[in-house]
Amino acid sequence: MILVIAEQSSGKLNRTSWETIVGAQQLAGMIGGDIAVLVAGASVGAVASELAAAQVKEVVTVESPALESYTPDGFTAALQDAITQLAPTHVLLPHTYQTRDFAPKLAARLDRALLTDVTGIKSAGADTAFTRPMFQGKLTADVVPQGPAPHFVTFQIGAYRVDQVVKGAAAAPLRALSVTVDASAIREKPEPPFQQAKQAVDLSQAERIVSVGRGIKEQANIAIAQKLAEALGAEIAASRPICDAGWLPMERQVGSSGQTVAPKLYLALGISGAIQHLVGMKGSSTVVAINKDPDAPIFEIADYGIVGDLFEIVPAIIEAVK
Amino acid sequence: MKIAVCIKQVPTREWQPRLNDDKTWIRDQDASFEMNEPDAYALEEALRLKEKHGGEVVVCSAGPARVAQVIREALARGADRAIHVEDDGLASADAFVTSAALAAAMQEEKFDLTLTGLQSDDQGFAQVGVILAEKLGLPHATIIMEVQAESGTLRVKRELEGGWFQWVAMPLPAVLTIQSGINQLRYATLKGIMAAKKKEIRKAGVPAGLSGKQKIASLYVPEKGKKTQLIGGSPAEAAKELVRRLREEARVIA
Repeated sequence: MILVIAEQSSGKLNRTSWETIVGAQQLAGMIGGDIAVLVAGASVGAVASELAAAQVKEVVTVESPALESYTPDGFTAALQDAITQLAPTHVLLPHTYQTRDFAPKLAARLDRALLTDVTGIKSAGADTAFTRPMFQGKLTADVVPQGPAPHFVTFQIGAYRVDQVVKGAAAAPLRALSVTVDASAIREKPEPPFQQAKQAVDLSQAERIVSVGRGIKEQANIAIAQKLAEALGAEIAASRPICDAGWLPMERQVGSSGQTVAPKLYLALGISGAIQHLVGMKGSSTVVAINKDPDAPIFEIADYGIVGDLFEIVPAIIEAVK
Repeated sequence: MKIAVCIKQVPTREWQPRLNDDKTWIRDQDASFEMNEPDAYALEEALRLKEKHGGEVVVCSAGPARVAQVIREALARGADRAIHVEDDGLASADAFVTSAALAAAMQEEKFDLTLTGLQSDDQGFAQVGVILAEKLGLPHATIIMEVQAESGTLRVKRELEGGWFQWVAMPLPAVLTIQSGINQLRYATLKGIMAAKKKEIRKAGVPAGLSGKQKIASLYVPEKGKKTQLIGGSPAEAAKELVRRLREEARVIA
Protein backbone atom coordinates (compact mmCIF):
# COMPACT_ATOMS: atom_id res chain seq x y z
CA MET A 1 0.00 0.00 0.00
CA ILE A 2 1.15 3.52 -0.84
CA LEU A 3 0.46 6.02 1.91
CA VAL A 4 0.03 9.74 1.19
CA ILE A 5 0.37 12.05 4.17
CA ALA A 6 -1.80 15.08 3.42
CA GLU A 7 -1.15 18.45 5.07
CA GLN A 8 -3.74 20.63 6.76
CA SER A 9 -3.68 23.62 9.05
CA SER A 10 -6.65 24.63 11.24
CA GLY A 11 -8.94 22.42 9.19
CA LYS A 12 -7.80 23.84 5.84
CA LEU A 13 -6.24 21.44 3.34
CA ASN A 14 -2.90 22.39 1.81
CA ARG A 15 -3.45 22.09 -1.94
CA THR A 16 -0.05 20.48 -2.46
CA SER A 17 -1.59 17.35 -0.89
CA TRP A 18 -3.49 16.85 -4.19
CA GLU A 19 -0.21 16.99 -6.10
CA THR A 20 1.15 14.24 -3.88
CA ILE A 21 -1.95 12.12 -4.58
CA VAL A 22 -1.25 12.51 -8.33
CA GLY A 23 2.30 11.24 -7.66
CA ALA A 24 0.87 8.31 -5.68
CA GLN A 25 -1.52 7.47 -8.52
CA GLN A 26 1.41 7.44 -10.95
CA LEU A 27 3.48 5.22 -8.62
CA ALA A 28 0.53 2.84 -8.10
CA GLY A 29 0.19 2.55 -11.89
CA MET A 30 3.85 1.47 -12.06
CA ILE A 31 4.22 -0.88 -9.09
CA GLY A 32 0.60 -1.76 -8.29
CA GLY A 33 -0.98 -1.58 -4.86
CA ASP A 34 -3.64 0.52 -3.20
CA ILE A 35 -3.39 4.13 -2.10
CA ALA A 36 -4.42 5.39 1.32
CA VAL A 37 -4.41 9.07 2.26
CA LEU A 38 -3.71 9.98 5.89
CA VAL A 39 -4.50 13.32 7.47
CA ALA A 40 -3.51 14.18 11.04
CA GLY A 41 -4.64 16.96 13.37
CA ALA A 42 -7.01 17.78 16.20
CA SER A 43 -10.14 17.73 14.05
CA VAL A 44 -9.76 16.72 10.43
CA GLY A 45 -13.17 15.33 9.44
CA ALA A 46 -13.94 18.01 6.85
CA VAL A 47 -10.49 17.78 5.27
CA ALA A 48 -10.78 13.97 5.14
CA SER A 49 -14.15 14.23 3.36
CA GLU A 50 -12.61 16.61 0.82
CA LEU A 51 -9.71 14.19 0.20
CA ALA A 52 -12.18 11.27 -0.21
CA ALA A 53 -13.04 12.62 -3.67
CA ALA A 54 -9.75 11.20 -4.96
CA GLN A 55 -9.68 7.69 -6.41
CA VAL A 56 -8.00 6.02 -3.44
CA LYS A 57 -8.79 2.97 -1.31
CA GLU A 58 -9.42 4.91 1.89
CA VAL A 59 -8.80 8.10 3.80
CA VAL A 60 -7.35 7.53 7.26
CA THR A 61 -7.84 10.14 9.97
CA VAL A 62 -5.45 10.49 12.89
CA GLU A 63 -6.94 12.78 15.51
CA SER A 64 -5.61 13.90 18.87
CA PRO A 65 -5.86 17.15 20.87
CA ALA A 66 -2.03 16.97 21.02
CA LEU A 67 -1.96 17.53 17.23
CA GLU A 68 -3.92 20.83 17.37
CA SER A 69 -0.79 22.84 16.54
CA TYR A 70 1.96 21.30 14.47
CA THR A 71 5.04 20.20 16.44
CA PRO A 72 7.80 17.87 15.21
CA ASP A 73 7.60 15.75 18.39
CA GLY A 74 3.80 15.39 18.23
CA PHE A 75 3.58 14.61 14.52
CA THR A 76 6.56 12.23 14.60
CA ALA A 77 5.03 10.22 17.47
CA ALA A 78 1.56 10.05 15.84
CA LEU A 79 2.83 9.19 12.37
CA GLN A 80 5.36 6.64 13.65
CA ASP A 81 2.47 4.82 15.34
CA ALA A 82 0.19 5.11 12.28
CA ILE A 83 2.87 3.93 9.81
CA THR A 84 3.73 0.96 12.01
CA GLN A 85 0.04 -0.03 12.01
CA LEU A 86 -0.52 0.55 8.29
CA ALA A 87 2.81 -0.98 7.07
CA PRO A 88 2.93 0.84 3.68
CA THR A 89 5.57 0.26 0.96
CA HIS A 90 5.96 4.00 0.37
CA VAL A 91 5.11 7.12 2.35
CA LEU A 92 4.64 10.13 0.06
CA LEU A 93 4.46 13.76 1.23
CA PRO A 94 4.54 17.23 -0.34
CA HIS A 95 7.95 18.95 0.16
CA THR A 96 6.52 21.77 2.28
CA TYR A 97 8.27 23.64 5.10
CA GLN A 98 6.27 21.54 7.58
CA THR A 99 7.29 18.25 5.97
CA ARG A 100 10.92 19.37 5.89
CA ASP A 101 10.61 19.90 9.65
CA PHE A 102 9.39 16.41 10.61
CA ALA A 103 9.92 13.91 7.75
CA PRO A 104 13.69 13.45 8.37
CA LYS A 105 12.97 12.85 12.06
CA LEU A 106 10.21 10.34 11.28
CA ALA A 107 12.33 8.46 8.71
CA ALA A 108 15.31 8.44 11.08
CA ARG A 109 13.21 7.13 13.94
CA LEU A 110 11.97 4.27 11.75
CA ASP A 111 15.50 3.93 10.24
CA ARG A 112 14.18 4.15 6.68
CA ALA A 113 15.22 5.96 3.49
CA LEU A 114 13.93 9.48 2.77
CA LEU A 115 14.22 11.02 -0.71
CA THR A 116 13.41 14.74 -0.71
CA ASP A 117 12.40 17.30 -3.34
CA VAL A 118 11.50 14.63 -5.91
CA THR A 119 10.16 15.76 -9.30
CA GLY A 120 9.32 12.44 -11.00
CA ILE A 121 9.21 8.64 -10.88
CA LYS A 122 10.92 6.26 -13.34
CA SER A 123 11.41 2.53 -13.77
CA ALA A 124 15.10 1.63 -13.56
CA GLY A 125 15.25 -2.08 -14.39
CA ALA A 126 13.64 -3.93 -11.49
CA ASP A 127 13.91 -0.81 -9.31
CA THR A 128 11.83 2.31 -9.07
CA ALA A 129 13.95 5.45 -9.27
CA PHE A 130 12.97 8.90 -8.09
CA THR A 131 14.22 11.94 -9.96
CA ARG A 132 15.50 14.92 -7.96
CA PRO A 133 17.57 18.04 -8.59
CA MET A 134 21.11 18.28 -7.22
CA PHE A 135 23.80 20.96 -7.16
CA GLN A 136 21.26 23.80 -7.25
CA GLY A 137 19.53 22.30 -10.28
CA LYS A 138 22.70 22.11 -12.37
CA LEU A 139 22.34 18.31 -12.39
CA THR A 140 19.48 15.83 -12.03
CA ALA A 141 19.79 12.44 -10.31
CA ASP A 142 17.75 9.26 -10.60
CA VAL A 143 17.89 7.90 -7.06
CA VAL A 144 16.91 4.44 -5.80
CA PRO A 145 16.01 4.17 -2.10
CA GLN A 146 17.93 1.45 -0.24
CA GLY A 147 16.98 -0.82 2.65
CA PRO A 148 13.62 -2.12 3.83
CA ALA A 149 10.22 -0.46 3.23
CA PRO A 150 8.61 1.88 3.75
CA HIS A 151 10.54 4.35 1.62
CA PHE A 152 9.74 8.00 2.29
CA VAL A 153 9.51 10.43 -0.64
CA THR A 154 8.69 14.15 -0.63
CA PHE A 155 7.57 15.75 -3.90
CA GLN A 156 8.69 19.20 -4.97
CA ILE A 157 5.82 21.71 -5.04
CA GLY A 158 4.51 21.85 -8.60
CA ALA A 159 6.08 18.52 -9.65
CA TYR A 160 2.56 17.22 -10.29
CA ARG A 161 -0.48 19.20 -11.31
CA VAL A 162 -3.54 19.31 -9.08
CA ASP A 163 -5.84 19.07 -12.12
CA GLN A 164 -4.32 15.68 -13.03
CA VAL A 165 -5.75 13.96 -9.95
CA VAL A 166 -8.02 11.01 -10.76
CA LYS A 167 -11.29 11.32 -8.86
CA GLY A 168 -13.25 8.27 -7.71
CA ALA A 169 -16.77 7.34 -8.90
CA ALA A 170 -17.87 7.52 -5.28
CA ALA A 171 -16.27 9.00 -2.19
CA ALA A 172 -13.54 6.83 -0.66
CA PRO A 173 -14.36 5.40 2.78
CA LEU A 174 -13.03 7.20 5.87
CA ARG A 175 -11.38 5.31 8.72
CA ALA A 176 -10.31 6.68 12.08
CA LEU A 177 -7.02 5.27 13.27
CA SER A 178 -6.24 5.35 16.95
CA VAL A 179 -2.69 6.42 17.83
CA THR A 180 -0.88 7.27 21.04
CA VAL A 181 0.55 10.77 21.42
CA ASP A 182 1.90 11.77 24.82
CA ALA A 183 1.24 15.52 24.95
CA SER A 184 3.60 15.93 27.91
CA ALA A 185 6.49 14.56 25.81
CA ILE A 186 6.18 17.35 23.20
CA ARG A 187 9.16 19.63 23.78
CA GLU A 188 8.41 22.35 21.19
CA LYS A 189 5.90 25.04 22.22
CA PRO A 190 4.69 26.87 19.09
CA GLU A 191 3.10 30.33 19.11
CA PRO A 192 0.49 31.42 16.52
CA PRO A 193 1.83 32.15 13.02
CA PHE A 194 2.06 35.81 12.00
CA GLN A 195 2.95 37.93 8.99
CA GLN A 196 5.99 40.14 9.50
CA ALA A 197 4.63 43.16 7.71
CA LYS A 198 1.43 43.69 5.82
CA GLN A 199 2.34 42.92 2.24
CA ALA A 200 1.85 46.24 0.53
CA VAL A 201 2.84 44.77 -2.80
CA ASP A 202 0.77 41.94 -4.23
CA LEU A 203 3.04 40.60 -6.95
CA SER A 204 0.59 37.77 -7.67
CA GLN A 205 -1.63 40.26 -9.51
CA ALA A 206 1.18 41.78 -11.61
CA GLU A 207 0.89 41.30 -15.38
CA ARG A 208 4.59 41.84 -15.96
CA ILE A 209 7.54 41.36 -13.61
CA VAL A 210 11.20 42.25 -13.97
CA SER A 211 13.10 40.19 -11.43
CA VAL A 212 16.74 40.54 -10.41
CA GLY A 213 19.21 38.02 -9.00
CA ARG A 214 22.83 37.83 -7.90
CA GLY A 215 23.97 38.79 -11.42
CA ILE A 216 23.00 42.42 -10.68
CA LYS A 217 26.20 42.46 -8.57
CA GLU A 218 25.57 45.55 -6.43
CA GLN A 219 22.78 47.62 -4.96
CA ALA A 220 23.41 50.63 -7.19
CA ASN A 221 22.66 48.48 -10.22
CA ILE A 222 19.08 47.83 -9.09
CA ALA A 223 18.26 51.17 -10.74
CA ILE A 224 19.00 49.66 -14.16
CA ALA A 225 16.40 46.96 -13.58
CA GLN A 226 13.96 49.55 -12.26
CA LYS A 227 14.29 51.56 -15.48
CA LEU A 228 13.54 48.44 -17.50
CA ALA A 229 10.50 47.72 -15.31
CA GLU A 230 9.21 51.25 -15.95
CA ALA A 231 9.73 50.90 -19.67
CA LEU A 232 7.80 47.62 -19.75
CA GLY A 233 5.08 48.64 -17.28
CA ALA A 234 6.29 45.92 -14.92
CA GLU A 235 6.66 45.43 -11.18
CA ILE A 236 10.17 44.89 -9.83
CA ALA A 237 10.92 41.69 -7.90
CA ALA A 238 13.96 39.72 -6.83
CA SER A 239 15.36 36.36 -5.82
CA ARG A 240 16.13 35.69 -2.19
CA PRO A 241 19.81 36.77 -2.01
CA ILE A 242 18.89 40.29 -3.20
CA CYS A 243 16.28 40.69 -0.44
CA ASP A 244 18.60 39.08 2.15
CA ALA A 245 21.15 41.75 1.30
CA GLY A 246 18.49 44.45 1.78
CA TRP A 247 18.81 45.72 -1.80
CA LEU A 248 15.06 45.32 -2.27
CA PRO A 249 12.43 44.86 0.48
CA MET A 250 11.46 41.29 1.49
CA GLU A 251 7.95 41.86 0.13
CA ARG A 252 9.48 41.91 -3.38
CA GLN A 253 10.87 38.40 -3.04
CA VAL A 254 9.66 35.66 -5.39
CA GLY A 255 10.16 32.01 -4.44
CA SER A 256 9.30 29.37 -1.89
CA SER A 257 9.87 31.73 1.02
CA GLY A 258 8.37 34.75 -0.74
CA GLN A 259 5.52 35.31 -3.16
CA THR A 260 4.25 32.95 -5.84
CA VAL A 261 3.60 34.79 -9.09
CA ALA A 262 2.14 33.95 -12.49
CA PRO A 263 2.41 37.06 -14.69
CA LYS A 264 2.08 37.19 -18.48
CA LEU A 265 5.76 38.17 -18.67
CA TYR A 266 8.51 37.26 -16.20
CA LEU A 267 11.87 38.73 -17.15
CA ALA A 268 14.70 37.25 -15.07
CA LEU A 269 17.89 39.34 -14.93
CA GLY A 270 20.98 37.56 -13.62
CA ILE A 271 18.91 34.89 -11.88
CA SER A 272 20.52 31.45 -12.05
CA GLY A 273 17.24 29.66 -11.28
CA ALA A 274 17.71 27.82 -7.99
CA ILE A 275 14.74 25.57 -7.41
CA GLN A 276 13.55 27.70 -4.46
CA HIS A 277 13.13 30.56 -6.92
CA LEU A 278 11.63 28.53 -9.77
CA VAL A 279 8.76 27.20 -7.64
CA GLY A 280 7.63 30.80 -7.13
CA MET A 281 7.47 31.78 -10.81
CA LYS A 282 7.19 28.74 -13.05
CA GLY A 283 3.49 29.42 -13.61
CA SER A 284 4.40 32.54 -15.61
CA SER A 285 3.10 32.51 -19.21
CA THR A 286 6.23 33.84 -20.88
CA VAL A 287 9.63 33.66 -19.21
CA VAL A 288 12.64 35.62 -20.49
CA ALA A 289 16.07 34.88 -19.04
CA ILE A 290 19.11 37.10 -19.43
CA ASN A 291 22.20 35.52 -17.91
CA LYS A 292 25.91 35.32 -18.66
CA ASP A 293 26.00 31.57 -17.85
CA PRO A 294 24.54 29.52 -20.73
CA ASP A 295 24.14 26.53 -18.37
CA ALA A 296 22.10 28.43 -15.75
CA PRO A 297 19.02 26.35 -14.79
CA ILE A 298 16.76 29.36 -15.54
CA PHE A 299 17.22 28.57 -19.25
CA GLU A 300 15.46 25.23 -18.70
CA ILE A 301 12.17 26.98 -18.13
CA ALA A 302 12.68 30.14 -20.20
CA ASP A 303 10.80 30.73 -23.45
CA TYR A 304 13.30 33.30 -24.64
CA GLY A 305 16.90 33.60 -23.58
CA ILE A 306 19.80 35.93 -24.16
CA VAL A 307 23.22 34.75 -23.02
CA GLY A 308 25.31 37.79 -22.27
CA ASP A 309 26.08 40.77 -20.08
CA LEU A 310 22.87 42.18 -18.62
CA PHE A 311 24.55 45.57 -18.19
CA GLU A 312 24.82 45.81 -21.98
CA ILE A 313 21.56 44.09 -22.85
CA VAL A 314 19.16 45.86 -20.46
CA PRO A 315 19.88 49.41 -21.73
CA ALA A 316 19.49 48.07 -25.28
CA ILE A 317 16.06 46.62 -24.40
CA ILE A 318 14.96 49.93 -22.87
CA GLU A 319 16.07 51.64 -26.08
CA ALA A 320 14.26 49.07 -28.25
CA VAL A 321 10.99 49.40 -26.31
CA LYS A 322 10.88 53.19 -26.82
CA MET B 1 27.05 28.41 26.07
CA LYS B 2 28.78 25.62 24.21
CA ILE B 3 27.71 25.89 20.57
CA ALA B 4 28.41 23.51 17.70
CA VAL B 5 28.12 24.59 14.07
CA CYS B 6 27.98 21.90 11.39
CA ILE B 7 29.37 23.11 8.09
CA LYS B 8 29.72 21.46 4.70
CA GLN B 9 32.11 22.14 1.88
CA VAL B 10 30.29 22.31 -1.47
CA PRO B 11 31.24 23.18 -5.07
CA THR B 12 31.30 26.94 -5.76
CA ARG B 13 28.37 28.61 -7.49
CA GLU B 14 30.54 29.27 -10.56
CA TRP B 15 31.49 25.56 -10.86
CA GLN B 16 30.51 23.97 -14.16
CA PRO B 17 29.44 20.37 -13.50
CA ARG B 18 31.45 17.50 -14.95
CA LEU B 19 30.50 13.89 -14.35
CA ASN B 20 32.67 10.91 -13.45
CA ASP B 21 33.03 8.00 -15.89
CA ASP B 22 30.09 5.93 -14.62
CA LYS B 23 27.91 9.06 -14.37
CA THR B 24 26.91 8.58 -10.75
CA TRP B 25 28.89 11.45 -9.21
CA ILE B 26 30.77 14.58 -10.18
CA ARG B 27 34.47 14.77 -11.00
CA ASP B 28 35.61 16.05 -7.62
CA GLN B 29 39.08 16.82 -8.91
CA ASP B 30 37.67 19.41 -11.37
CA ALA B 31 35.59 21.25 -8.79
CA SER B 32 36.51 24.25 -6.67
CA PHE B 33 34.88 24.33 -3.25
CA GLU B 34 33.54 26.80 -0.70
CA MET B 35 31.55 26.86 2.54
CA ASN B 36 27.87 25.98 2.03
CA GLU B 37 26.11 29.36 2.19
CA PRO B 38 23.40 28.58 4.78
CA ASP B 39 26.12 27.04 7.00
CA ALA B 40 28.03 30.32 6.83
CA TYR B 41 24.95 32.06 8.24
CA ALA B 42 24.73 29.37 10.97
CA LEU B 43 28.37 30.05 11.87
CA GLU B 44 27.76 33.81 12.02
CA GLU B 45 24.74 33.27 14.29
CA ALA B 46 26.83 31.06 16.59
CA LEU B 47 29.57 33.71 16.80
CA ARG B 48 26.98 36.37 17.67
CA LEU B 49 25.44 34.16 20.39
CA LYS B 50 28.91 33.58 21.87
CA GLU B 51 29.62 37.32 21.85
CA LYS B 52 26.36 37.87 23.74
CA HIS B 53 26.37 34.93 26.16
CA GLY B 54 30.01 33.78 26.32
CA GLY B 55 31.12 30.19 25.84
CA GLU B 56 32.71 28.57 22.84
CA VAL B 57 31.97 27.81 19.19
CA VAL B 58 33.09 24.45 17.83
CA VAL B 59 32.89 23.90 14.10
CA CYS B 60 32.12 20.32 12.97
CA SER B 61 32.47 19.02 9.45
CA ALA B 62 32.17 15.55 7.89
CA GLY B 63 34.06 15.09 4.65
CA PRO B 64 37.34 14.17 2.94
CA ALA B 65 40.70 15.87 3.68
CA ARG B 66 39.86 18.88 1.45
CA VAL B 67 37.21 19.95 3.98
CA ALA B 68 40.05 21.35 6.11
CA GLN B 69 39.86 24.46 3.89
CA VAL B 70 36.38 25.48 5.12
CA ILE B 71 37.24 24.45 8.69
CA ARG B 72 40.23 26.85 8.64
CA GLU B 73 38.00 29.55 7.22
CA ALA B 74 35.46 29.07 10.04
CA LEU B 75 38.27 29.18 12.62
CA ALA B 76 39.57 32.38 10.99
CA ARG B 77 36.12 33.96 11.29
CA GLY B 78 36.16 33.25 15.03
CA ALA B 79 35.25 29.63 15.86
CA ASP B 80 37.37 28.36 18.77
CA ARG B 81 38.16 24.81 17.67
CA ALA B 82 37.01 22.14 15.24
CA ILE B 83 36.05 18.51 14.83
CA HIS B 84 36.77 16.99 11.42
CA VAL B 85 35.13 13.63 10.72
CA GLU B 86 37.44 12.60 7.92
CA ASP B 87 36.66 9.95 5.33
CA ASP B 88 36.77 10.00 1.52
CA GLY B 89 33.39 8.25 1.38
CA LEU B 90 31.73 11.27 3.05
CA ALA B 91 32.18 13.34 -0.14
CA SER B 92 29.07 11.78 -1.67
CA ALA B 93 27.41 10.41 1.51
CA ASP B 94 23.65 10.69 2.01
CA ALA B 95 22.07 12.56 4.92
CA PHE B 96 21.78 9.44 7.10
CA VAL B 97 25.49 8.64 6.86
CA THR B 98 26.58 12.27 7.30
CA SER B 99 24.39 12.83 10.35
CA ALA B 100 25.36 9.47 11.91
CA ALA B 101 29.04 10.34 11.43
CA LEU B 102 28.55 13.79 12.96
CA ALA B 103 26.42 12.45 15.83
CA ALA B 104 29.09 9.91 16.81
CA ALA B 105 31.80 12.58 16.90
CA MET B 106 29.65 15.19 18.67
CA GLN B 107 27.85 13.00 21.25
CA GLU B 108 30.40 13.26 24.07
CA GLU B 109 30.81 17.02 23.70
CA LYS B 110 27.28 17.62 25.06
CA PHE B 111 26.74 20.87 23.18
CA ASP B 112 24.07 23.25 24.52
CA LEU B 113 23.09 24.32 21.04
CA THR B 114 23.87 22.95 17.59
CA LEU B 115 23.36 25.09 14.48
CA THR B 116 23.63 24.18 10.83
CA GLY B 117 22.35 25.49 7.50
CA LEU B 118 18.86 24.48 6.42
CA GLN B 119 20.21 22.57 3.43
CA SER B 120 23.33 22.16 1.34
CA ASP B 121 23.93 23.60 -2.10
CA ASP B 122 25.21 20.23 -3.39
CA GLN B 123 22.82 17.34 -2.67
CA GLY B 124 20.18 19.60 -1.11
CA PHE B 125 18.60 16.95 1.13
CA ALA B 126 17.51 19.41 3.88
CA GLN B 127 17.77 16.48 6.31
CA VAL B 128 21.09 16.45 8.19
CA GLY B 129 20.21 18.88 10.99
CA VAL B 130 16.90 17.17 11.76
CA ILE B 131 18.33 13.62 11.67
CA LEU B 132 21.23 14.77 13.84
CA ALA B 133 18.73 16.06 16.42
CA GLU B 134 16.88 12.73 16.38
CA LYS B 135 20.12 10.76 16.77
CA LEU B 136 21.20 12.95 19.69
CA GLY B 137 17.72 12.75 21.23
CA LEU B 138 17.25 16.54 21.07
CA PRO B 139 14.38 18.84 20.06
CA HIS B 140 14.84 20.85 16.89
CA ALA B 141 13.41 23.60 14.73
CA THR B 142 14.08 24.31 11.05
CA ILE B 143 14.41 27.32 8.74
CA ILE B 144 15.20 29.73 11.57
CA MET B 145 15.36 33.52 11.10
CA GLU B 146 15.99 34.66 14.71
CA VAL B 147 17.45 33.01 17.81
CA GLN B 148 16.82 34.07 21.43
CA ALA B 149 18.72 31.95 23.96
CA GLU B 150 18.25 33.03 27.58
CA SER B 151 18.86 31.01 30.76
CA GLY B 152 18.36 27.47 29.56
CA THR B 153 15.46 28.12 27.20
CA LEU B 154 15.38 28.80 23.54
CA ARG B 155 12.88 30.86 21.53
CA VAL B 156 13.31 30.86 17.78
CA LYS B 157 11.54 32.41 14.80
CA ARG B 158 10.67 29.81 12.18
CA GLU B 159 10.05 30.87 8.62
CA LEU B 160 6.83 29.46 7.18
CA GLU B 161 5.78 29.68 3.55
CA GLY B 162 4.54 32.81 1.77
CA GLY B 163 5.87 35.45 4.18
CA TRP B 164 4.53 33.89 7.42
CA PHE B 165 6.57 33.26 10.57
CA GLN B 166 6.11 31.56 13.92
CA TRP B 167 7.91 31.71 17.25
CA VAL B 168 8.64 28.33 18.86
CA ALA B 169 10.05 27.79 22.36
CA MET B 170 11.93 24.67 23.45
CA PRO B 171 14.39 23.59 26.11
CA LEU B 172 18.15 23.47 25.59
CA PRO B 173 20.06 21.51 24.41
CA ALA B 174 18.57 21.69 20.91
CA VAL B 175 19.40 21.68 17.21
CA LEU B 176 18.43 24.48 14.79
CA THR B 177 18.69 24.72 11.01
CA ILE B 178 19.41 28.29 9.95
CA GLN B 179 17.99 30.13 6.93
CA SER B 180 20.23 32.28 4.73
CA GLY B 181 19.83 35.98 5.46
CA ILE B 182 19.29 35.63 9.23
CA ASN B 183 22.24 37.99 9.80
CA GLN B 184 24.99 39.85 7.95
CA LEU B 185 28.10 37.73 7.47
CA ARG B 186 31.50 38.84 8.71
CA TYR B 187 34.71 38.14 6.88
CA ALA B 188 37.92 36.78 8.34
CA THR B 189 40.47 39.38 9.39
CA LEU B 190 44.22 38.92 8.92
CA LYS B 191 44.46 38.55 12.69
CA GLY B 192 41.76 35.87 12.58
CA ILE B 193 43.55 34.00 9.81
CA MET B 194 46.81 34.02 11.81
CA ALA B 195 45.03 32.91 15.00
CA ALA B 196 43.27 30.07 13.17
CA LYS B 197 46.59 28.37 12.50
CA LYS B 198 47.04 27.65 16.20
CA LYS B 199 43.50 26.41 16.85
CA GLU B 200 42.81 22.73 17.50
CA ILE B 201 41.23 20.49 14.85
CA ARG B 202 40.28 17.13 16.34
CA LYS B 203 40.11 14.33 13.78
CA ALA B 204 37.44 11.66 14.15
CA GLY B 205 36.65 8.55 12.14
CA VAL B 206 33.38 7.29 10.71
CA PRO B 207 31.63 4.65 12.86
CA ALA B 208 31.82 1.13 11.39
CA GLY B 209 28.85 -0.41 9.59
CA LEU B 210 27.23 2.76 8.22
CA SER B 211 25.56 2.30 4.86
CA GLY B 212 23.61 4.82 2.81
CA LYS B 213 19.87 4.69 2.31
CA GLN B 214 19.87 6.03 -1.22
CA LYS B 215 21.85 5.17 -4.31
CA ILE B 216 22.33 7.47 -7.29
CA ALA B 217 21.56 5.28 -10.32
CA SER B 218 22.44 8.04 -12.75
CA LEU B 219 23.40 11.70 -12.71
CA TYR B 220 22.91 13.92 -15.75
CA VAL B 221 22.40 17.43 -17.05
CA PRO B 222 18.67 18.21 -16.76
CA GLU B 223 16.47 17.57 -19.74
CA LYS B 224 15.03 20.86 -20.88
CA GLY B 225 11.33 21.11 -20.19
CA LYS B 226 10.74 23.99 -22.54
CA LYS B 227 12.51 24.81 -25.77
CA THR B 228 14.24 28.06 -24.99
CA GLN B 229 14.57 30.25 -28.06
CA LEU B 230 18.05 31.65 -27.63
CA ILE B 231 18.46 35.05 -29.24
CA GLY B 232 21.98 35.84 -30.42
CA GLY B 233 23.76 38.81 -31.96
CA SER B 234 25.13 42.01 -30.46
CA PRO B 235 23.37 43.38 -27.35
CA ALA B 236 21.50 45.90 -29.52
CA GLU B 237 20.44 43.25 -32.07
CA ALA B 238 19.42 40.74 -29.41
CA ALA B 239 17.44 43.38 -27.50
CA LYS B 240 15.62 44.50 -30.64
CA GLU B 241 14.77 40.93 -31.61
CA LEU B 242 13.59 40.10 -28.07
CA VAL B 243 11.28 43.13 -28.00
CA ARG B 244 9.91 42.19 -31.43
CA ARG B 245 9.12 38.64 -30.29
CA LEU B 246 7.57 39.79 -27.01
CA ARG B 247 5.31 42.14 -29.01
CA GLU B 248 4.47 39.96 -32.01
CA GLU B 249 4.83 36.33 -30.87
CA ALA B 250 4.16 36.30 -27.13
CA ARG B 251 2.11 39.53 -27.18
CA VAL B 252 2.98 40.33 -23.60
CA ILE B 253 4.12 43.94 -24.04
CA ALA B 254 2.56 46.87 -25.79
